[in-house]
Amino acid sequence: MTTVSLTVNGQPVTADVDPRTLLVQFLRENLRLTGTHVGCDTSQCGACVVHLNGQAVKSCTILAVQAHASVVTTIEGIAGGGELHPMQAAFREHHGLQCGYCTPGMIMSAIDIVNRKGNALDEQTIRAELEGNLCRCTGYHNIVKAVAAGAQAMAQAPLQQAAE
Amino acid sequence: MTASGIGAPVRRKEDQRFVTGQGRYVDDFNRPGQAYAYFLRSPHAHAAIRSIDTSPAMIMPGVVAVFTGDDLAADKIGGLICGWMIHSKDGSPMKAGPHPALAQGKVRYVGDHVAVVIAETLAQAKDAAEAILVDYDVLPAVVDTAQATKAPVQVHDVSPDNTVFNWHLGNKEETQAAFARAKHVTKIDLINNRLVPNPIEPRAAVGEYDFGTDNYTLYTTSQNPHVARLVLSAFIGVAPEHKLRVIAPDVGGGFGSKIFIYAEETVCVWAAKKVRRPVKWTSDRSEAFLSDAHGRDHVTHAEMATDENGRILGLRVHTTANLGAYLSTFSSSVPTYLYAPLLSGQYDIPAIYCEVDGVYTNTAPVDAYRGAGRPEATFVVERLVEKAARELGKDPAEFRRANYITQFPHTTPVIMTYDTGDYAASLDKALEVADYRNFQQRKQESARNGKLRGIGFSSYIEACGIAPSQAVGSLGAGVGLWESAEVRVNPTGSVEVLTGSHSHGQGHETTFAQLVSDRLGISIDQVSIVHGDTDKVQFGMGTYGSRSGAVGMSAIAKAIDKVIAKGKKVAAHVLEASEGDIEFKDGRFGVAGTDRSLAFGEVALQAYIAHKFSGQDLEPGLKEGAFYDPTNFTFPAGVHICEVEIDPDTGVTKIERWTAVDDFGVIINPMIVEGQVHGGIAQGVGQALLEGTVYDQSGQLITASFNDYCMPRAIDLPSFQVGMTVTPCPSNPLGIKGCGEAGAIAAPPAVINAITDALGHEDIAMPATPQAVWRAAQKARTLLAAE
Ligand code: FES
Ligand code: FES
Repeated sequence: MTTVSLTVNGQPVTADVDPRTLLVQFLRENLRLTGTHVGCDTSQCGACVVHLNGQAVKSCTILAVQAHASVVTTIEGIAGGGELHPMQAAFREHHGLQCGYCTPGMIMSAIDIVNRKGNALDEQTIRAELEGNLCRCTGYHNIVKAVAAGAQAMAQAPLQQAAE
Repeated sequence: MTASGIGAPVRRKEDQRFVTGQGRYVDDFNRPGQAYAYFLRSPHAHAAIRSIDTSPAMIMPGVVAVFTGDDLAADKIGGLICGWMIHSKDGSPMKAGPHPALAQGKVRYVGDHVAVVIAETLAQAKDAAEAILVDYDVLPAVVDTAQATKAPVQVHDVSPDNTVFNWHLGNKEETQAAFARAKHVTKIDLINNRLVPNPIEPRAAVGEYDFGTDNYTLYTTSQNPHVARLVLSAFIGVAPEHKLRVIAPDVGGGFGSKIFIYAEETVCVWAAKKVRRPVKWTSDRSEAFLSDAHGRDHVTHAEMATDENGRILGLRVHTTANLGAYLSTFSSSVPTYLYAPLLSGQYDIPAIYCEVDGVYTNTAPVDAYRGAGRPEATFVVERLVEKAARELGKDPAEFRRANYITQFPHTTPVIMTYDTGDYAASLDKALEVADYRNFQQRKQESARNGKLRGIGFSSYIEACGIAPSQAVGSLGAGVGLWESAEVRVNPTGSVEVLTGSHSHGQGHETTFAQLVSDRLGISIDQVSIVHGDTDKVQFGMGTYGSRSGAVGMSAIAKAIDKVIAKGKKVAAHVLEASEGDIEFKDGRFGVAGTDRSLAFGEVALQAYIAHKFSGQDLEPGLKEGAFYDPTNFTFPAGVHICEVEIDPDTGVTKIERWTAVDDFGVIINPMIVEGQVHGGIAQGVGQALLEGTVYDQSGQLITASFNDYCMPRAIDLPSFQVGMTVTPCPSNPLGIKGCGEAGAIAAPPAVINAITDALGHEDIAMPATPQAVWRAAQKARTLLAAE
């Protein structure tokens, strides 16, 4: 057993874990933050994307111990004060989800794309940047629309963005 | 139409929990004291098991129990079943081999279940599984669909040549006569590639047993929890039906693969009692590739006869359908009654004859995958029609139009009666949206840039709203395919709808509430939809085959009618009028010709207070149930047009435009319907361009991860132009036809027709990967040079 300490969604957490525990297992099983999903075992699907020190990572592909002393944000941690994050609201408004299983990872990736590429995203950029996220339900059409709209809305909500 | 009623693009009620990470999928459930199951799977495609020694695993750390097929047999747990009986041409029943949940004496595909380890942690269960000693006598395997009946390999004792059935439909003699009269015959050989459904949520199950009450609970990733309960109790025998609660909570996509009753959930329920602890199993993606039921896998030769005017005279089809190593729950119906009855497409074809040989191979079982049989039929019809038009020098759109069915109802030679449709309307609209007029210009422009541009049509039809119970019963279905609903009105006027349909992405919490809102005049916020729990909902047949709207919602509509009828009785007492004078309109019960009326909620309250009427004359309360059995299938149809540009130097096919014009009848929520179309097209494009399931000759699955099996990603797809035409369905009270599978049915032939148009020859198979297209483009160059 190894001790890990990190900050998850603003809360400090410390736990003893089997060293082979993946970050996603730690989040789902130790912290019961089940919004982060597992869709594959080859780091392909992106259902598990969280932010580690402000950057998108596939939480199935790093060990919990590698996140020691880091700041992790999951899908449960981005809505501020009862309001949806603009990207969450955009997915809802543009029907960017059906079964919802890929959605947390999509939203976390989308916010990361905006952080890296800015608020004015064209369709090709969004499609190319979503290469690490699989969705089997939507055909991506509405996800692309949602990400574009969410990116713009994030420009209008700088406070929320800063809070994240 | 109200803001939230039928036809409004209402934003989904369920999304609040999904976008915030509060969805509750099976793997999110953790029961006190739970242990973890891990299945030891066969590494061989075909082998006799000489012995299994579990003792080294039993002493590994954390191991709770190890079970094999012998343990299941000792408890008299039955095998998995196939619920649709198909008879061969000669009248003999299909040859169903045994399908034990854990192998007994033999394994028949890579991934077949050999033993289960239950341990304190999943990691410990996996470690222990490696310690189990299995002595295999490896046998030769057969994997190839076309070779299955010729191979010197016998998958099941009941079937010496691996044939499950030789089935047929249609009239052979009339079809032969039609071909004898033909001016031209178009022939085609097609492979409908095997697909892995791959919902992003893998399958999972948690079994639980309560010693105090003798009750079992199963949390499972199911599209039809009541059917799962029925099969687990009545056929497999793990628990009595009234003692087994099956919960299918949020489910992350199904596409057919979560209809079936698999070994894993069977074992979890049974083992929970054996080890006196809840038992949890969650598939990883590799296991999903190996053991989820696959889709498609047909080899077909088809011929179409036409006369001198380009009228289709007849169609004959021979298909070999690979059913895998065992008959999965509905597998036998897919290449038979869900396939051949659709071979008339949208066309008036006087004579059709289809033969289907179902075969066993040493591969994963094959069963329904989005569209189930109908995509395979549409691929045959639309590839043939396109090829025929080319051979006859006719415009593919006009060749189709000339052969469309225009009079309804229309009975085809393959047992379907199409109730309504306007195929030319969809075609006209699609041609306009796709700017077909200027296609040649775009093609020339591409040619100037060294690219090959092509356009492909698909005039698809499907049979949805499955299905009239008597009709499917006469065709071999083990169950009726009605749906049930219960509408519970609370004293405060809010409503709970209990439905036997199940939502795993379709948005029923929204669309079903829209129907209630529309009919009862209350806000959708006043409506809760309850599904996916056999303790709450009495019974249901579940969601597949685009049946939730046409059948599930029709049941709700029927129950709502009963609620309104009862409400009128209550209102008559309260308003001191005669029942015949009460009208229900815009959410109010009123006395005709007066201004006296009561809101729906006031009547609900009065029904429960029960002061204004005698309980002997009228029962208190306001709750009604209904079972709805459809009168016919529904027939969604439409035209998809795909325009591609191929780079002959790289073989990359780029979809430049996608036009979809569909007739789904009455639409409840256009936003959701369009989303269903998008998703279906993506899966169809995946089949056409990217997805191919490859077994090597020894039966190893080569494409067993997302690294090797190419799923469509955002960059592989365009945005889609989706339009609708509407002919209301006359076969159900809501006029709904269904939309869930249309895209997956329409897309593959549209893509391949576009690619073959671009190439100028027909020699390309699915998936048309860049490598395959590059080869085909080189062949096109050679052909061109030879001209
Ligand atoms: S679970 Fe698929 S990438 Fe992490
Ligand atoms: S919404 Fe189901 S996988 Fe994306």
